[in-house]
Amino acid sequence: MGVELDKPESPEIFRILDKDGELVNEEPDIDEDRLKEMYWWMFYARKADEKALKLQRQGRMGTFAPIEGQEAAQIGASMAMEDKDWLVPAFRELGAYLLRGIPLERNYEYFMGDVRGNKIPKGVNNFPIAVPVATQIPHAVGIAWGIKRNEDDGVVLCIFGDGATSEGDFHEGLNFGGVLNVPAVFFCQNNQWAISVPFEKQTASDTIAQKAHAYGFPGIYVDGNDVLAVHEATKTALERARNGEGPTLIEALTYRLSMHTTADDPTRYRTEEELKEWEEKDPLKRFRIYLSDKGIWTEDWQQELEKKAKEKIDEAVEAAESIEEHSVEEMFEHMFDELPKDLKEQMEYLKRSLEEKEIEEEKVEIKEGFP
Amino acid sequence: MTEVNMVGAINDALHNEMEDDEDVMVLGEDVAENEGVFRVTEGLLDKFGEKRVRDTPLAESGIVGVSIGLALYGMKPVAEIQFMGFMWPAVDQLSSHASRYRNRSLGQYNVPMVLRSPYGGGVKALEHHSESFESVLAHIPGLKVVIPSTPKDAKGLLISSIRDPDPVVFLEPKKLYRAFKQEIPDGSYTEEIGKANVVKEGEDITLVGWGAMIPKIVKAADHVADEGVSVEVIDLRTIYPYDEETVHESVRKTGRLIVVQEAPRTLGFASEIVARAVDKEMLSLKSPPLRATGFDVPFPLYKMEDWAIPDVDRIVKKIREAIEW
Repeated sequence: MGVELDKPESPEIFRILDKDGELVNEEPDIDEDRLKEMYWWMFYARKADEKALKLQRQGRMGTFAPIEGQEAAQIGASMAMEDKDWLVPAFRELGAYLLRGIPLERNYEYFMGDVRGNKIPKGVNNFPIAVPVATQIPHAVGIAWGIKRNEDDGVVLCIFGDGATSEGDFHEGLNFGGVLNVPAVFFCQNNQWAISVPFEKQTASDTIAQKAHAYGFPGIYVDGNDVLAVHEATKTALERARNGEGPTLIEALTYRLSMHTTADDPTRYRTEEELKEWEEKDPLKRFRIYLSDKGIWTEDWQQELEKKAKEKIDEAVEAAESIEEHSVEEMFEHMFDELPKDLKEQMEYLKRSLEEKEIEEEKVEIKEGFP
Repeated sequence: MTEVNMVGAINDALHNEMEDDEDVMVLGEDVAENEGVFRVTEGLLDKFGEKRVRDTPLAESGIVGVSIGLALYGMKPVAEIQFMGFMWPAVDQLSSHASRYRNRSLGQYNVPMVLRSPYGGGVKALEHHSESFESVLAHIPGLKVVIPSTPKDAKGLLISSIRDPDPVVFLEPKKLYRAFKQEIPDGSYTEEIGKANVVKEGEDITLVGWGAMIPKIVKAADHVADEGVSVEVIDLRTIYPYDEETVHESVRKTGRLIVVQEAPRTLGFASEIVARAVDKEMLSLKSPPLRATGFDVPFPLYKMEDWAIPDVDRIVKKIREAIEW
């Protein structure tokens, strides 16, 4: 008897619209208003992201992680969620953030270096941005465990990137999730680049989706630039979670059309051709063609959306830039429920030193890239 | 009143809080079925069931990360890391999230979790089972670090830690787990976090320590009493927040200070205590504040562990050095 080597099978990609907006699968039953809403959020997210890049280049915003090209993944996923569900994000999810009810100015404030940008409006079940890669995945499992334990309504959607799947917290989080059989969906936006490291140097696995099998739950491999497919895939996974069937890992294959962050120069490590190829797979373009073919998208409507987006973005910039100055207290007062004596002393010392300041140093200016 | 050792006292605190508060959960490696490798979680699974007492996969970062999620959702997880030497993978979660969540969300979210861990040497344990890096945790803004040295304090401080709305790392000196018994009150009582205890009053010199160093300091104090030196002994009980007032009040009285710590010397919490005393009590000091500490070497395998930990002899010599300065 010979030894048989196990060969993991990579899943087929799930797609509804091809890159030219043609239906290649059964058309989902989504009403016109909802389709329009989907398009609006994708469009609004892209415009808000474009504006942020301008602000950064003008020295009005710090380093941030653009989302261009990943709108379908984020909007498709978050649109499948219900209000009672919980979103546990990483840091490249502006689209999902906006759709879930975080005002745009919060996001701008955060990347303008203002901690008040982390504030989540009451009643919005979102957690703040998590910068250290993959560290939010175990949190999502804990939140989902809490929901399960209390027999509460709602499930958890946790978003992370392809780089995160190399981290220990990805493994630990998914392993816990499988063992505890919690109502969580692990949603990977595989944009194929972790800064300059391409997918094939990140893992020897054909797909991320197939990693789910090792944790004892299913994976879904979906075209992340196809908003309809992402929406259907996420809906299915959320439904499983809601029915107590446990976690699902979704890999949404997408592409970061822009830079890792505004401090990054992707021309150093990837080719024009590759970028061109993915620009043709643009998620907004293909969805627009589909909506246009259905008679939903029109030039007039597009003009309306442009106007509406511009107004909202201008308002958000205005709000973020006119936020009142921080007080010294804000740096200290939320360290603990009750401030220990030595922290009070440190706070008083800082206040005094600012009041009595004699020597001003040169301010650091925001520039492209890291210094 | 019941007479118990430290393991019994901690177990009692866990039973007490789990009975009082439905949201308290216990999780970690071997804490349920096996009732903890030191039997600290005895009887919990039987009484409260798997919904609240849960064996987890062997993954320290996962244990702490999942606990943070539970705490964010409103639970009160009491997680265990089996030995402090294995806590390092979880330090990322502690420093990147548990300690920062309240601050970075401007008070919108808090993380009411407790991370328990047996720590320190002196029990002839295997390599990596005797570490004490409480100073590293105290250096992370936003964490409370509590270390009891008696059964009575262990129960009262653990109850306070579980009720605390912020993350507390609760370090249990395993050398003292079964070292002695003490009468402790039945039912609920709390000891204040951030409040040191003057174990023994004295006039000539202040000795500050925590955890398994306290019995050694008391022995050293008894020893030099025969030489006519009166030692005040302070058990810090909490590393952070640091009870500077109690220590400085004592230093103002005695004019001399020695800090005893099991951990390596460089940048240990003893250094902070000495720096603060110098900052604020320079004119009260009759001699330089000294430290009796471990060495800047990895905690050795057990044939050399008695050299690594400050002993009564080294503490006595430090006392004489300060007195004779």
